[in-house]
Amino acid sequence: MEVVSEAQAPDTVSGEEGRVRSGAAAEDKLVVRNLYKIFGNRPEVALQMLREGRDKDEILKETGQVVGVRDASFTVKKGEIFVIMGLSGSGKSTLIRLLNRLIEPSAGEVVVDGVNVAAMSKSKLLEMRRHDMSMVFQSFALLPQRTVLDNAAFGLEVRGVARDERERRAMEVLDQVGLASFAKSYPAQLSGGMQQRVGLARALASNPSIMLMDEAFSALDPLRRTEMQDVLVNLQREHSRTVIFVSHDLDEALRIGDRICIMEGGRVVQVGTSDDILERPADDYVRAFFRGVDVSKYMTAGTVAQKEQVTIFDRPEELVGGIHAALERLRLYDRDYGFVLDQHQKVLGVVSVESLIRCRETGAHRLRDALLPELGATVPSSLPIEDLIRIVVASPCPLPVVDENGRYVGAVTKTVLLTKLSKGVAP
Amino acid sequence: MSEFRLPLGEWVSLLVNWLQDDGSGIFEAIGTVVETFSGGIEDGLSAVPVWLFIGAVAALGLWRKGWAFAGFCVLAFGVIVTTGFWDQTVETLALIISATVISLLMGVPLGIWSASSKRVETIVRPTLDFMQTMPAFVYLIPAAMLFGLGRVPGVLATVIFSMPPAVRLTALGIRQVNKEQVEAGISFGCTPAQLLFKVQIPGAMPSILAGVNQTIMMALSMVIIASMVGAGGLGNDVLAGISRLDVGLGFESGLGVVLLAIMLDRLTESFGERRAKRPKRGS
Ligand SMILES: Nc1ncnc2c1ncn2[C@@H]1O[C@H](COP(=O)(O)OP(=O)(O)OP(=O)(O)O)[C@@H](O)[C@H]1O
Ligand SMILES: [Mg+2]
Repeated sequence: MEVVSEAQAPDTVSGEEGRVRSGAAAEDKLVVRNLYKIFGNRPEVALQMLREGRDKDEILKETGQVVGVRDASFTVKKGEIFVIMGLSGSGKSTLIRLLNRLIEPSAGEVVVDGVNVAAMSKSKLLEMRRHDMSMVFQSFALLPQRTVLDNAAFGLEVRGVARDERERRAMEVLDQVGLASFAKSYPAQLSGGMQQRVGLARALASNPSIMLMDEAFSALDPLRRTEMQDVLVNLQREHSRTVIFVSHDLDEALRIGDRICIMEGGRVVQVGTSDDILERPADDYVRAFFRGVDVSKYMTAGTVAQKEQVTIFDRPEELVGGIHAALERLRLYDRDYGFVLDQHQKVLGVVSVESLIRCRETGAHRLRDALLPELGATVPSSLPIEDLIRIVVASPCPLPVVDENGRYVGAVTKTVLLTKLSKGVAP
Repeated sequence: MSEFRLPLGEWVSLLVNWLQDDGSGIFEAIGTVVETFSGGIEDGLSAVPVWLFIGAVAALGLWRKGWAFAGFCVLAFGVIVTTGFWDQTVETLALIISATVISLLMGVPLGIWSASSKRVETIVRPTLDFMQTMPAFVYLIPAAMLFGLGRVPGVLATVIFSMPPAVRLTALGIRQVNKEQVEAGISFGCTPAQLLFKVQIPGAMPSILAGVNQTIMMALSMVIIASMVGAGGLGNDVLAGISRLDVGLGFESGLGVVLLAIMLDRLTESFGERRAKRPKRGS
């Protein structure tokens, strides 16, 4: 397979920038490099035109070739839920099908665990599909003439696992999705949500490390959808599977996605965490995409925290003068409150100009004596804004925000919060 | 007006003559196989006692369609037996079965093949159109020339006439299998053969069975015509009725054909219906 290297990946695409929720040093599970798909009988012509910088519509008009995916590059980390989003026709389904070669790539690489799927032999590809990568479909795609059990066991049957063994395993996964009692039913006897659980069970039965899901929950009503998202997230976290999930539902993407990849006209325009994308949309398309999203639902204390507040280190050796220095710094920055941190950036508490002056007058030397006992509660950076608002409104001073290790990451004030919210809702 | 006339007919008869001379070995072999096969079926059917035969069909009718249809079958066979057309009916049925089996053995794989290949389809489609629209009698001429008179040319002409729906509906059914179901099959690692037998054929089954039903019905109508080349069965009596202008004979033998048609149609149709409906039934 030819690799097109001339074409430059847009610089907004940097898969590395995202953070992974579930683990610190996550390894790369799947790397997509300069991947292209041209539908039509002369893909080389269209590829050449793309390299010359012509756009999708021109190419369609002149050559009749449809550009499905152009120059997609991104990295999916092990154990993350990677959501691909975009408007209808942006190439999401094509992209996800290039990953297991349901659609043959026209150029580029799909590297799974270090092996390039795009250049794999037919038999290797078959092995990978049978053991490592399974798929869940929008229309469920269950086989109507088979029972639920036989559907769940399908992948194992194809693989040649003996009946007893595959039925045992299928029962296990049906149990995981809560459908063990329906094993002998036929798909058409189940509701949509239940059918998709079977779809999920079928995909889980071969214990794959990667699951591809193309709008898997789009056909379900909102209630079922949320329920299924929870089922998926639980199953995925337990075995740290890597999930690549196509969705056109923003709410869904923000809810389950560790990172989100936004596509437009076959291109990947941005990859990042939901915070990254909400905060720093790569272009107007992405911004327009998120317009109307109730940002307050997805922003967290960490997103809005700012480092504008005065922080004072409580150094043990600095016994004398600590109070004076603190007062001086508060005056200098014109603040009423300051945060006292220890040498590990842990928040010890809050001091105010008054409490510091009172301390000086009573002759206390240590900063700790000036801490205000009623204040100084910290908020975790993962706290949703909705909950944060209530606390901020009730607090007379800025609220220190800490990360999962208790380290100071910034502070939230009423003013900061309001500015952020108004910016987020109407960009 | 020019006097030129395209000698298409001459060419075809030249071709058939050439086949007769140079391919006689092959045709003899084909003839023997077909003769053995259809003869075997006829012998088998006529070895069954009348009451057992009727009972078996009635039981089948009861299972597939219910009491009313079972009753109808008994009544219909009663009419056939009492008007004295039993032997001819069995003969006709044997012809239908052998022609249908051969049609399906060739038609279903051809349908599968043409569903999977554009190139095959572009050849198969117009050929089928030709086979279906050419007046049925015409097949009898080369069939009789190549295989002589009797059961064999009758069966083979019937095969050609009744195969198109089997091919067409198989191809249609396979092509219409839900796209995501096929993708699911591939994505779970099916080989092409596994995909065919585990996903595509089961998915196409209602359509394939509709093709079987149509093939049987077309075979029935052709088998009557095939009596012109000496295939035998009810067709002989229909022909005799026509040539002697014997309305009574024509009606009685014609009625036998109609009754046979109704039973075959309803029974084969019921298999297609059940396939399509089964999953929807409550447990
Ligand atoms: N088999 C095909 N032949 C030709 N063009 C195709 C084919 N499949 C997809 N396309 C085109 O590729 C583009 C991307 O299609 P794709 O189905 O990947 O979009 P999508 O983002 O999944 O859209 P949706 O949200 O509607 O599912 C579209 O312009 C589509 O018309
Ligand atoms: Mg799609």
